[in-house]
Amino acid sequence: MTARRTAVAHAAWLAALLCLSIIVSAGIGPVYIEPINVLKVILNAVSIPVGVAVSSDQVSIGSSVLQIPAMNIVWGAPFSFATDRVHEQIVIGVRLPRILLAAAVGFALATAGTVMQGFFRNPMADPSIIGVSSGAAVGAVAFIVAPAMIPFGMGLRGAAFVGAVVTAFVVYMIATEGGKTPVATLLLAGIAIQAFLGSVITFLQLYSGESLRQVVHWLMGHFGNARWGDVGITFVLVPLLFLIILAYGRDLNVLLLGEADAKGLGVEVERTKKILLVLSSVITAAAVAVSGIIGFVGLIVPHMVRLIVGPDHRILLPTAALAGGSFLVITDTIARTALGASDIPVGIVTAALGAPFFIYLLVSREVHSL
Amino acid sequence: MNTTAANFEDATNATEEPIVSVESLSVSLGGSTVLSDVSCTIDRGRVVGVIGPNGAGKTTLLRAINGTGPIDDGEITVAGRSVSRCGATEMARLVGSVPQSTLLSFSFTVREIVEMGRHPHISRFGAMDHDDVRAVEAALETTETSQFADRQITAVSGGERQRVLVARALAQETPLLVLDEPTASLDINHATRTLSLVRELASEERTVIAAIHDLDLAARYCDELLLVASGDVIAQGSPAEVLGEDAIEAAFETSVAIPTDPVTATQRVVPLSSVPSNECEQTVHIVGHGGLARDVIVSAAESGITGSIGILSKTDSAVDTATAHGFETITTSPLSPPSEQCRSDLVRACDKADHVIAVQPLDETNRELLSSVTVDSDRWWQVEQTDEIRSVIFAIVDNKDARINSY
Repeated sequence: MTARRTAVAHAAWLAALLCLSIIVSAGIGPVYIEPINVLKVILNAVSIPVGVAVSSDQVSIGSSVLQIPAMNIVWGAPFSFATDRVHEQIVIGVRLPRILLAAAVGFALATAGTVMQGFFRNPMADPSIIGVSSGAAVGAVAFIVAPAMIPFGMGLRGAAFVGAVVTAFVVYMIATEGGKTPVATLLLAGIAIQAFLGSVITFLQLYSGESLRQVVHWLMGHFGNARWGDVGITFVLVPLLFLIILAYGRDLNVLLLGEADAKGLGVEVERTKKILLVLSSVITAAAVAVSGIIGFVGLIVPHMVRLIVGPDHRILLPTAALAGGSFLVITDTIARTALGASDIPVGIVTAALGAPFFIYLLVSREVHSL
Repeated sequence: MNTTAANFEDATNATEEPIVSVESLSVSLGGSTVLSDVSCTIDRGRVVGVIGPNGAGKTTLLRAINGTGPIDDGEITVAGRSVSRCGATEMARLVGSVPQSTLLSFSFTVREIVEMGRHPHISRFGAMDHDDVRAVEAALETTETSQFADRQITAVSGGERQRVLVARALAQETPLLVLDEPTASLDINHATRTLSLVRELASEERTVIAAIHDLDLAARYCDELLLVASGDVIAQGSPAEVLGEDAIEAAFETSVAIPTDPVTATQRVVPLSSVPSNECEQTVHIVGHGGLARDVIVSAAESGITGSIGILSKTDSAVDTATAHGFETITTSPLSPPSEQCRSDLVRACDKADHVIAVQPLDETNRELLSSVTVDSDRWWQVEQTDEIRSVIFAIVDNKDARINSY
């Protein structure tokens, strides 16, 4: 079976799993809704272009009035199941944006984790390894503690996103010399910058006063404030970046053989590294900006998926991404329902569930390298 | 992708033109000069061995040719294209490389590794087409790796892994193959098997350059050798031309003997102990033949003892050993009895030498001749077994009194 067909086969069942987990978790909460009713509500909300209507607009130029025909796309809802009005409001208005955002963030973090592990040829690598998450945290925490510090009125998400991208760029510049970026230097520069930013975050926390709770919530990651606007932006940005990364799947495979070999096999090593770093930093930044720091997804999901599908990135990238989406949808459902009405940060759940499972994989020698 | 066809056309259009030409190449790594002002050309269709001592710059030269290493100054062209102006993809369509060591610690299958050889031929958004599949199958077939193509690379032996890497380079379908120490860390079976394979790969359309550590294997499997020492190519030509004792001694800074191997009929480079353990004034004459006599010569020479050996049949294996270690030989034709000249030479040699070592059992002729020679008991030694040699040589070096039949 070719790599492409294997990828499609695995992606198909993982996509089905993701859809199922979205539908089921949209039914779970203080008000339980049958999955079939959730499905009906979601389908009712779908609208597709059903035709084009021609209307005429009146345009007046000077004293004369022109009749100009205008094309309007007509949207129609193809489904109209009988549903409960309250269910509709709960699913579409409250639960679905949060669930879809979790899916997109899980998708993005697992993608970035896969890229970083392959890129660094290091099983410990995760999306935050070059300081992206710490940078986002400084931006976000600074906004929460002292919004006046953040220029241009970018808001919490903007501050986090900019902090993440700037940090990745600084780490890259520190590690680059003479057009070459040795991955070991990059790793160490990332650790150094993370340590430095960690001290900044702790300092800001000490003086956060009233907003400490909000800071901690952000630092452990949560989807409590999810809005349809966030969903829209991430659903455009994340799949787009993912597709570009996927086009580098074969290069990532060859890079696993080492940089000298990869160059001998026709990979422009330094350029490819730069592109992959930019893509995975931006996709991580996009995720962290809307969710806060959610650990473990980007580390553990690629390892779990690699056990099933092997190391070929053309297969690994789409499967890990879809599995990451499902993983975060499920863990976020636990985060918002486990303690009744109180919403705990999802990062607590991912780490509490992920770490023991990862230790199990290590002890059973399922995972010991890439 | 039609790039292979394009390469092939280049290769056939300009067969006279050398496949590789290196002009005044200089490379320094970490501040020290590794290659300085190296120039050489490599003709198409040959197997060229790059030999030389550790740190001479063999790998650096190969990495400059395949475009993966730095070039400070000078110009290299491969198949008429300038290496410094080629992108990685174009280089990978010109040169297939088998690296000295590679990271293969993850669970790709053998076939997946070989498929990576097609990387330079597949566009970013494309997938393997019919040509790619054919090239991969052909490479697996040629290297006899197809029977374990679906095993994981981590589960094959070192020798098999080396052939997989050759298959990966073959799948690139390039006019030039560059191998860096393809036999390092292989046993003799896998080493010869790998090099026979490499030999078969060379053709009108494919030239092979290989750094080879083992000089005997290099002599046996290469059409041409390139001797690199202290940052320059100091000799180039057929193995017989390049493997001269002077050139090899200069390059490796050790004394060597280069007899023709009776089995392979190619040069064999035998390193001799470069510094005798102590300069010894003693001389010996050895009477005896065959393997044990050779061991005596080697031991004596290592202790700095000089001398002669005889009477020997011209075809005896000890003759080459003696010559290599600077021992004079008294030889006779194997089919006729020794001449008068021979007999008197023997008597004179026994008289002249400080010591006489008889390597038992002696043949009829020598036993008869020795009975007519008078040798004092303190100059007379006998060796019957290998483990006696050391004691005898030590005794001679120490110039102790000897007794007949003491050993």
